[in-house]
Amino acid sequence: MAELTITEPDAATRGLELAGRLDAYSLGPVWTEAQRALARNPDRAIVVDCSRVEYCDGAGIAMLVDLLRTERAPEAAVRIQGLREGFQRLLDQYDPAEFRARPPSRATRMSPIERLGRFGRAVGLGTYELIAFVGESVTALAHALKRPHAVRWGDVLFIAQEVGVHALPIVALIGLLMGVILAFQSAVAMRQFGAEIFVADLVGLAMARELGPLMTAILLAGRSGAAFAAEIGTMKVNDEVNALATMGLDPVRFLVVPRMLAAVAMTPLLSAFAVLIGLIGAAIVMQLFEVPFYTYYLEVVNRVQMKDLLGGLFKSVVFGVLVAGIGCLRGLQTRTGASAVGLSATSAVVSGIVLIVAVDGIFAVVFYYLDI
Amino acid sequence: MDPREREVVVRVEGLTAAFDDRTILENVTFDVYKGEVFGILGGSGSGKTVLVRHIIGLYEPAAGRVLIEGQDVAAAQDDARLELLRRIGVMYQLGALFGSMTLLENVSLPLEEYTGLPPEAIELTARLKLKLVGLEGFEHHMPSELSGGMQKRAAIARAMALDPAILFLDEPSSGLDPVTAAAFDQTVLRLARVLGITVVVVTHDLASTFTICDRVIMLHKEARGIIAEGDPHELREKSDNPHVRHFFNREAEEDVDRTAEPRTA
Repeated sequence: MAELTITEPDAATRGLELAGRLDAYSLGPVWTEAQRALARNPDRAIVVDCSRVEYCDGAGIAMLVDLLRTERAPEAAVRIQGLREGFQRLLDQYDPAEFRARPPSRATRMSPIERLGRFGRAVGLGTYELIAFVGESVTALAHALKRPHAVRWGDVLFIAQEVGVHALPIVALIGLLMGVILAFQSAVAMRQFGAEIFVADLVGLAMARELGPLMTAILLAGRSGAAFAAEIGTMKVNDEVNALATMGLDPVRFLVVPRMLAAVAMTPLLSAFAVLIGLIGAAIVMQLFEVPFYTYYLEVVNRVQMKDLLGGLFKSVVFGVLVAGIGCLRGLQTRTGASAVGLSATSAVVSGIVLIVAVDGIFAVVFYYLDI
Repeated sequence: MDPREREVVVRVEGLTAAFDDRTILENVTFDVYKGEVFGILGGSGSGKTVLVRHIIGLYEPAAGRVLIEGQDVAAAQDDARLELLRRIGVMYQLGALFGSMTLLENVSLPLEEYTGLPPEAIELTARLKLKLVGLEGFEHHMPSELSGGMQKRAAIARAMALDPAILFLDEPSSGLDPVTAAAFDQTVLRLARVLGITVVVVTHDLASTFTICDRVIMLHKEARGIIAEGDPHELREKSDNPHVRHFFNREAEEDVDRTAEPRTA
């Protein structure tokens, strides 16, 4: 344990006698006490006697530096005596005066106008990057279509398995629940009018045109969009993206194209799967309301036309492009450090979902006027 | 001093390190004594880092055990484990600074978590550590704003924040310029001699080895263990193991016969 005794050798001097082990664990109270003693005696000379100090680690040295760095009048200076030679050498490494000022701060205050300007610049830069990325990806995709053998199909298959096959359980679960809930909620109301059979129309149309593609896209954004951003982001942080670039391999062609192709191929399939499972869910509920399965089947098949299904699947393709694209873009925009990867993944999911919803709205209007 | 009289702080007994079916080290046994600078040498892939990670308890040994100050590292649980971890400081090969914190916050973190020092004291102690590795003026920089060598030095400062009884340094001098590396060697020596800190250093920097290491062990990939142990100067002069001679004389392995023959002739 560290100990401190304050002595008064004469009227003009105060002695601080330190003893024991000056280590980081037991030094706290002694440090505060010593500082207080200095503050209480602003015009007396201070002699710090360390002859009974057995051990002094970095924190102990820091305390001595702290006592020495205090600005005092020349006749009230702090002197340290009796420190063992080894410890004295540790202390001599530092010039206490150097530590008087706080380390240079780097926070710069900004005026609101400057902040607004920076914000505007960031938005502009983001838009620019987005446009550039869209251009690059389109070029790379066109290149891939022109020369299919240049695409790394092994990567595409691997990513397709990750994006598609491994997403089946969650898509099935959500699809089934959606079908069940939709059917149940509407059937309760429709029964009052004896119109249970129209539940088949409702669920069929809603799943095929809207909910199947939308829900699949949102799941995709949460699973694969985040995964793309995190994976490419980590590669960016580890300089792997730079390594690709200096090898003359375009990161967009190498990383983005396989992911886009895989996502575009898988999203409509997942979406069709979700629609099918949703209809099965609704069929189970219809059994409870005593609608025979065959009746339900005929109603769905008569009501839901091919254009409804194809329209939904077309939307899925677009959603797939958006989710994969934004995931890869956010990954490539990653700055440095572990937290940057997290930010990229978050941003990929958020902007993915925002884009999906916005584009879905546009589709709704377009489909309405085209009468699809 | 007779080694038998010295206090053992790290004892490795029959350690076997294996991942799945790949054995990296087999039946490795050695002691590290208090206050010495102990070098773990060896070529790339000889298992130096793996050995250190077993000693500090990151990996569990496939066989054998590691004792730090008499306590089994792998068996220590909860409070005993925390107590043990407080006694050691580790600097990782790639620095492993926390990217979301400034250098000062990185170095202050262990002080804040483990000591009851007032905030002002923590700040000053951390600043002294950074000064020690020549990073004064960079207190408020983020690790990503610094060069690789500077990050490494900051990592060393963080490992030393609590002045641990045993300091593990994984390739501290790689990535440092010769001047900084030499200054760093002096720092390590001063810590070992004055504070009695035991330093275990993984290195393949020969100059640094000869300057700071009291004793070294040398690992070799094919032997899956120690091929030499002792004072580095003596090993350089006297070892009859060709791998050891090559290492200390900085020769390529395939030149074994060509360089060996004229000498014996």
